[in-house]
Amino acid sequence: MNIFQLDGEDIPFRAGQTVMQAATRHGVYIPHLCWHPDFAAHGSCKLCTVKVNGRFGSACTLEAQPGMNVENRTTELDDKRRTMLQMFFVEGNHFCPSCEKSGNCALQATAYELKMMSPHFDMFYPDRPVDASHPDVLLDFNRCIMCSLCVTASREVDGKHVFAMGGRGILGRRIHINSESGKLADTDFALTDRAASICPVGVILEKRRGFAVPIGERKYDKSPISAQVKEKAP
Amino acid sequence: MTFELETASAPETLRRVAIDPVSRVEGHGKVTILLDDSNRVHQVRLHIVEFRGFEKFIQGRPYWEVPVMVQRLCGICPVSHHLAASKALDMMLGVRQLTPTAEKIRRLMHYGQILQSHALHFFHLASPDLLFGFGSDLAQRNIVGVAAAHPEIARKGVLLRKFGQEVIRMTAGKRVHGTGSVPGGVNKSLAPEERAALLKDIYQMVAWSRDAVGMVRQLFEQNLAEYNAFGRFRAAGMCLVRSDGAMDLYHGGLRARDVEGKTLFDHFDYGRYWDVIAEDVKPWSYMKFPFFKSLGPEGGSYRVGPLTRVTQCDSIPTPLADHEREEFMAYDGGSVTGATLGYHWARMIEMLHAAENIKDLLHDDDISGHDLMATGTRQERGVGVIEAPRGTLIHHYRVDENDLVIRANLIVSTTHNNQAMNTAVREVAKQYLDGVEITEGLLNHIEIAIRAFDPCLSCATHALGQMPLEVAIVGADGTVIDAATRDHRGLVREIQKIRAIT
Repeated sequence: MNIFQLDGEDIPFRAGQTVMQAATRHGVYIPHLCWHPDFAAHGSCKLCTVKVNGRFGSACTLEAQPGMNVENRTTELDDKRRTMLQMFFVEGNHFCPSCEKSGNCALQATAYELKMMSPHFDMFYPDRPVDASHPDVLLDFNRCIMCSLCVTASREVDGKHVFAMGGRGILGRRIHINSESGKLADTDFALTDRAASICPVGVILEKRRGFAVPIGERKYDKSPISAQVKEKAP
Repeated sequence: MTFELETASAPETLRRVAIDPVSRVEGHGKVTILLDDSNRVHQVRLHIVEFRGFEKFIQGRPYWEVPVMVQRLCGICPVSHHLAASKALDMMLGVRQLTPTAEKIRRLMHYGQILQSHALHFFHLASPDLLFGFGSDLAQRNIVGVAAAHPEIARKGVLLRKFGQEVIRMTAGKRVHGTGSVPGGVNKSLAPEERAALLKDIYQMVAWSRDAVGMVRQLFEQNLAEYNAFGRFRAAGMCLVRSDGAMDLYHGGLRARDVEGKTLFDHFDYGRYWDVIAEDVKPWSYMKFPFFKSLGPEGGSYRVGPLTRVTQCDSIPTPLADHEREEFMAYDGGSVTGATLGYHWARMIEMLHAAENIKDLLHDDDISGHDLMATGTRQERGVGVIEAPRGTLIHHYRVDENDLVIRANLIVSTTHNNQAMNTAVREVAKQYLDGVEITEGLLNHIEIAIRAFDPCLSCATHALGQMPLEVAIVGADGTVIDAATRDHRGLVREIQKIRAIT
């Protein structure tokens, strides 16, 4: 069987699997935001950066090879990840205290996992109006981390091409809605779409459902994000 | 309209003494006093830098986010904002009647809030003045001093508050800033083990709440003349009452009485509160001054909170608290019902009422039900009113067809009491400060009058002991003649004889 080393642990893998896929299947958590097991790796958030034989690489795009020595949860790497998380937080408007995704949010759970105590950097406070035009779905772009998962899911699973990435620069780049008006109401987007449930943060939300799940029963109330990878491993 | 001692005729000729910030209240406020060369008081104003901005920045947000967001106004009684917003959005959703479980869980949450907030205020913030004396040793006049001299009283205060917070945690999910109440209902009921845990302690809480009422009564008995006269003034009042006129802190119609006790309106539908209440503005204050429309801004100010609720209701629907209300109303021929310090007595009666209500609800199986949400026909706007620990709290929202809030208006308890608190400090200034040399102990009298109202000036943080305070004496030409400071340990670094300076 093919084996590589991850933080000193033997990780078996099949040919063609990435480091992320093999580690996740084995129940080992590598911090990430833009990667989703159902879709091809995007490699954009860089949170899953690991060190392979002394060199940096993205675990979600790096194909596993026999004999690799991969460093993952080292102090050096987690420090860098924490800094990247802080950048994510200041680039958007992430107000966890009143966010209905709190407790179910991968960004928040990752920040807890990496013990992020403050945003550290000055907040950008970008102006990102919400799109509440759709009868069933609210889009709150304030929380978008540009992971592109909604773009991929809408295109590859739903076959609708509702979302697209566009614009340039930290403040200019954003998700666009593929309709003449630019509003979600003028697309064929539906609550049953795969893209409607793919967002790891609080952008794509079912309307009138916020805070339906009590504190203590939300996804990440039960166990930390790293433990959940272990629990789900076959 | 300018009230007596509100605005001096020639302020440029007077000296200014400031209490900034006022200590042992929630948040930051200051009092400014203008004195002439003979130390006669010409102007007294209570300034409060209230929360600003919530009404604006919830515009454009989805309505279901509002109960969770607006409770961040405060860390002491967030449940009040949480519930008032939920009630307003119930109305917006057309929900006229919650499910029995939802209504009882919300009430349980609210009574937990009343219990913990009243316990916090009385034991931690007010009791040092009452137990040690208004002008007593500064080093002792704080909760640490109470814990040293009266450990059993301090312990009860801490544990009563803790119990109230546990009720909130089990109904809202967290002790502070939970998410339990949602528009149309609640998101959880009580598990059997949660009920059992609360039932284990509730009888002790009821007993301690009775003790607290007795303690305030005893304080009045020992100092009746001073307590009755302290900052006394005649005031109109407003509160919610149940359909039968009984006290109901969660829901009811508005009842208002003028200074003579004559009813101005009763069982008024709060959904049209703007027909009976308006707000005045003053150039010297950031906070508005609400008044009864029928009496106008000049004579229409009123007060809210425990003293008004206990004296204006026809009864209290829990037996121990109702007995204490009758005792309170009859005491010394009813004289205490008009005393500013009567707030403390009334507050403890309400704490007892909250404890009794919690006990009754814990025995009601509806609080463990599973039918949590109700629906209705959507409206354009909603108004929610609740009797928060400090008084009547009004939330009013308009929501557009896309579910976003387009307008919000909040009138919080402390705003209703703005004029009443200003009047109380002016009365105290006349009684204690007029024509005498000002000392720290005398300035504390001003703060005691403010504390009686338990104003919620901002949010949760309280220093144990004295908060910093600075008093500056400014000459007619604007120069600072002298200043005295009190540090975080309550130590006064310098205070000079004002007469000697002038």
